[in-house]
Amino acid sequence: MTPVLNVQGMVKRFGGLLATDHVDLTVKPGEIHALIGPNGAGKTTLISQLMGELRQNEGTIELDGVPITTLPTARRVSMGLARTFQITCLLPDYTVLDNVAIAVQVRQGHSFRFWGNVRHEHQLGESARGFLDAAGLGDRAGELVANLSHGEQKQLELAVALATKPRLLLLDEPMAGLGHVESQQMIEMLRGLRSQVSMLLVEHDMEAVFALADRISVLVYGRIIATGTVDEIRDNPEVRTAYLGEGDELC
Amino acid sequence: MTLFLEQMLNGVQFGVMLFLLAAGLTLIFGIMGVINLAHGSIYMIGAYAGTWAAAETGSFWLGIPAALAAAAVTGAAIEFLVVRRLYQRDHLDQVLATFGLILIFNQTITILFGRQPLFVSMPEMLGGSVELLPGLVYPVYRLAIIAVGLLVALGLYLLINKTRIGMLVRAGSTNREMVRALGVDIRLLYTLVFGLGALLAGLAGFMAGPILAVQVGMGEQILITTFVVVVIGGVGSIRGAFFASLILGVVDTGLRAYLPGLLRQVMVGPEADALGAGISSMGIYLLMAIVLLIRPKGLFIRNS
Amino acid sequence: MPMEKSLKRPALLAGVLIALIALPAVADATGYAALTSLATRVLIYGIAAASLNFVLGYGGMVSFGHAAFFGIGGYVVGILYQHYSLGEPLFGFIPGTNQLLITIPVALVISGLMAALIGALSLRTGGVQFIMITLAFAQMLFFLFVSLKTYGGDDGLIIRRANELPGLNMRDKQTVYYVCLTVTVAFFFVLWRIVNSRFGNVIVGLRQSEKRMAAIGLPAYRYKLMAFVISGMGCGLAGALMANFLRYASPDMIHWTKSGELMVMVILGGVGTLFGPLLGAAVFIVLESILASWTENWQLGLGLILLFVVLYTQGGVQGLGTRLFGRRA
Repeated sequence: MTPVLNVQGMVKRFGGLLATDHVDLTVKPGEIHALIGPNGAGKTTLISQLMGELRQNEGTIELDGVPITTLPTARRVSMGLARTFQITCLLPDYTVLDNVAIAVQVRQGHSFRFWGNVRHEHQLGESARGFLDAAGLGDRAGELVANLSHGEQKQLELAVALATKPRLLLLDEPMAGLGHVESQQMIEMLRGLRSQVSMLLVEHDMEAVFALADRISVLVYGRIIATGTVDEIRDNPEVRTAYLGEGDELC
Repeated sequence: MTLFLEQMLNGVQFGVMLFLLAAGLTLIFGIMGVINLAHGSIYMIGAYAGTWAAAETGSFWLGIPAALAAAAVTGAAIEFLVVRRLYQRDHLDQVLATFGLILIFNQTITILFGRQPLFVSMPEMLGGSVELLPGLVYPVYRLAIIAVGLLVALGLYLLINKTRIGMLVRAGSTNREMVRALGVDIRLLYTLVFGLGALLAGLAGFMAGPILAVQVGMGEQILITTFVVVVIGGVGSIRGAFFASLILGVVDTGLRAYLPGLLRQVMVGPEADALGAGISSMGIYLLMAIVLLIRPKGLFIRNS
Repeated sequence: MPMEKSLKRPALLAGVLIALIALPAVADATGYAALTSLATRVLIYGIAAASLNFVLGYGGMVSFGHAAFFGIGGYVVGILYQHYSLGEPLFGFIPGTNQLLITIPVALVISGLMAALIGALSLRTGGVQFIMITLAFAQMLFFLFVSLKTYGGDDGLIIRRANELPGLNMRDKQTVYYVCLTVTVAFFFVLWRIVNSRFGNVIVGLRQSEKRMAAIGLPAYRYKLMAFVISGMGCGLAGALMANFLRYASPDMIHWTKSGELMVMVILGGVGTLFGPLLGAAVFIVLESILASWTENWQLGLGLILLFVVLYTQGGVQGLGTRLFGRRA
């Protein structure tokens, strides 16, 4: 079966530093593939390259078997790639609903429409409301983004990404900064989505990773040192010394 | 041939003047992220203060400290009273506030000195000409400007590559936050950089006195040309500013010298002169357009 | 509350419009005939400033070169008039004209094309470079027109009579005022539609976060370029009206200080509000008139006021404008 995402030999250098060191990575259809690793391992850099926000020095990327290596970000998104940001990146002057509606609008095609009032387009609003309800933000639709709690902003990140109707979702630490209850809600939400969309999940919260992931890859200093099922990774001695053993994230 | 060499020297001389301004501007952009339109005003104030002091005392040489002091005081006042409040603001606020400063300085100078341009005579030892090559006679004063410009460039090179302040400047122009994290007194660094930029602008202004008219508006004219230098050389790059200044100086001077003559071979004299003058004054902007097409970030910035 | 607000705004606009319609009659009756000319300038600069505000306030693109398009609009009217009055076609085949219904569309097209050219290059970068590049290209056009001796060079072009409009006496200052008022109303109606359209929505989104807009799949460059072109056309329209009003087009229209003044109007009235720039233009023109009547060094006062507004009001005047005339889009 063609993987949703197929990365081969990806390399990114910043000056003399190898931020991404010959990374091979696949995400299978319907899979949640977690990417873990210590801080500074190059996880966010990897996501940026997958989205085309950063251009890699070497390597190829395929989405559903179609090469996207040189495509600009916008094309990749229209082909079914979407991401969330670790440090939330939303439109601060817009309401929660506007943030999702604009994603729906962009997905529907070009925006060279100069006359009709966009706020009066009910199908945009209704479609956006659907994504908000699914993300548990239905009752916050009219709120300005600036007034949301951190957890709500994370949920909104997810709703906006889903509004682009992705085939593959790149999640950059969706649990970071969430309390225990919020984390549980996020885990439930992602679990509910697995039938619709494949995911590459970058996450520090090991509880979430073990609860969600089908496979795990471990990234250390830009290099993938191991890939396997949850059990394989848990028992891999190399991983334990390089990563799991060093902190107390398992507790 | 000698005429050509003379024009090239004129181009280099214009280039080093541009460099004195561009070096300060590009550092201020690169390190503080501030766009300072009033940089041209400091140039003008240096020119007025130096020329006035030279005329009052009768000594060209006393004009130099006067120009530097006036530029430094103005620079410090601008940094302390205005620019310091703008570091955290967006570019629009920076542009508007420093545009306000230009209006204030231009009008103040008009009130103090009137609208008539000032002139300063050269000191005797720089007044003559020397024969550089058989048949190539060149004014000593312009050679002196070139020498000063090159010395400043060398000094900046050493300052930036060999000293601790230079290390901070280099780090600061690529990563502002990192310098902050190093526990450096960032305000002091900013003030130093701004002061250095002001001194160089004041020096350039005073040196321009004997060859250009010292008048209100002189600052903005050269400021816009300096912007072109910074765009071509790349924001934050002293090396880029140096080479872009020389390129622009030579291109601009060359076009002005030779284009009307070339056009006169295909059209009538006065029209050729007018069109030639027009196209040559547009030349540097067209050069900028070409650079933007090829390397939008500037010629001397590495694409990473 | 929302109910009250939704009624307040149209009522206020209607009131302002009625006042503007009545203005020439009131000016004549009270003996301040010069007020009509002042108001005409306010309307024209209001169009220019609102056009600039579309890229600057709504789109977050700080252009310091919009006087270029203002000047191009003016020169289109001037050059077409010169060829009309001399009876020599432009380039040997384009006849000149003195018809407003032709010159205005031509001004829109030419300024739009120039904006496309300048925008296509300038938008390859952002931030500080964008400011410097737009300024530099405007300066280039300034030098171009200064060197065009055929069209007056330094001195500019005198347009002996304002363009004709069938059935109207355009030599009458009041008629010119009403023409400008009609164009202003139409212009702001179109701008209002654009700002609230799908296109306006992505432009305002781009100002807030280009990164976010890319992540939802928006190719930013073409939208920013289109916004720049629309904005340039608006300034071209204003320039064409100004040339008709002053019966004069000159390099001064393109001078970099004119770009600066347009920005000042935008900030005085309220960045990113629909009618703010019109208010800003009014404040600026009135301020200029008052200061200039006190002292010939009025720019000193303007500079101090500008500095104060930017440094200390933190959107004070702008905030006032927002409360009175519009809300952020």
